[in-house]
Amino acid sequence: MSSVFALLLARESRLLFRRPAELVNPLVFFAIVIALFPLAVGPESQLLQTLSPGLIWVAALLAVLLSLDGLFRSDFEDGSLEQWVVAPQPLPLLVLAKVLAHWLFSGLALVLLAPLLALMLGLPARCLPVLLLSLLLGTPILSLLGAVGAALIVGLKRGGLLLPLLILPLYIPVLILGSGALQAALQGLPATGHLLWLASLAMLAVTLLPFAIAAGLSISVGE
Amino acid sequence: MNWTWFHKLGSPKWFYEISGRWLPWFAVAAALLLGVGLVWGLAFAPPDYQQGNSFRIIYIHVPVAFLAQSCYVLLAVAGLVGLVWRMKLADIALQCAAPIGAWMTFIALVTGAIWGKPTWGTWWIWDARLTSMLILLFLYFGIIALGQAIANRDSAAKACAVLAIVGVVNIPIIKYSVEWWNSLHQPATFTLTEKPAMPMEMWLPMLVMVLGIYCFFAAVLLLRMRLEVLRREARSSWAKSEIKALVGAA
Repeated sequence: MSSVFALLLARESRLLFRRPAELVNPLVFFAIVIALFPLAVGPESQLLQTLSPGLIWVAALLAVLLSLDGLFRSDFEDGSLEQWVVAPQPLPLLVLAKVLAHWLFSGLALVLLAPLLALMLGLPARCLPVLLLSLLLGTPILSLLGAVGAALIVGLKRGGLLLPLLILPLYIPVLILGSGALQAALQGLPATGHLLWLASLAMLAVTLLPFAIAAGLSISVGE
Repeated sequence: MNWTWFHKLGSPKWFYEISGRWLPWFAVAAALLLGVGLVWGLAFAPPDYQQGNSFRIIYIHVPVAFLAQSCYVLLAVAGLVGLVWRMKLADIALQCAAPIGAWMTFIALVTGAIWGKPTWGTWWIWDARLTSMLILLFLYFGIIALGQAIANRDSAAKACAVLAIVGVVNIPIIKYSVEWWNSLHQPATFTLTEKPAMPMEMWLPMLVMVLGIYCFFAAVLLLRMRLEVLRREARSSWAKSEIKALVGAA
């Protein structure tokens, strides 16, 4: 069973690396959204620093969501998803490998890019460990929740705007806890509480959501 | 335990017959309870010592907000029943209840805004309970949109069921995280489990209104479900004769 997991992980990584643009696009989107805010609210560094936790988190959330839109599409179109559904291995496990591979490249790259953009917004360097940790714990939840939506709408021709509509309300706890941790760090308060909450939500997401994604995929494939 | 009643629920024809018998009762009960509760609450209950008469909107706001929240749980339960036992009626219930829940959430937000203006001095504020009601409205919109987007009826119902179940697990997390974020709203005014904080003559009309709004919900839901059942079973002979009877009567 674990060999299937490793094989799938390797396959997904290879596929992702053959289309580097798909990996880079969410990162560019993330940077552009962050760059829009100083243009919109003015270049005042004090204001930008106060807003930066929220800005970074909202931009990261949207970038993750948009990168997930086509997560299952090519597998759906070439029939691999049907093979997954009928495979002897449990579908939730396969799904977890797929989402993990996606997160390892797009999510992790986002986490690594975030400190640079945060410094540009004027976030003090002492907040960076909290920023990294909160994003490390938060982005897997975002990926898994988004994958539920992506699985439900994979069969639709025009599902574009539907995914954010379904999934953004579910992202709210992660947004509150993640930007809350950063806000606390910015004010010099301990952020441990927020981070622990994020960690427990991440555990919950990793254990339960693969089943929901699997259910969504079997519905879409069965159609 | 005898489970025949449960399996009978899966039969649209049986549901159509039995719901036809229940519907008038719910409708009459809703009209009576809502009428009595509204007149009692709006005209006869004593005014609040701080808010004067403006508090009377509570008799609409609280029952509607109550229903808006429990309706989402109903969606998830219907979704679970539909997924586990493949019961078509549960699918129908889910899709018929979602718009009612969305309307109730909307009314709760509007009445809250009207109430907020004289008491808080603002009709909207980014407070925890207001915000979580708004999020609830978005969750309803998501379910309705997903149901509309998928052409195949069965897949649409199943997809909505999965979304409702994921949502209902998320609701407590959303609620607590939002509450942690910011709260100004008073704590829940109306609970059945604790001794009421308000005097009896204010509390009783509220109880009547809450019961009334649930009866109203049941009546509207049954009406919508009956129509949907007829639409789906339009090819079967019993439905044809029912439709003929309905059209003939009108």
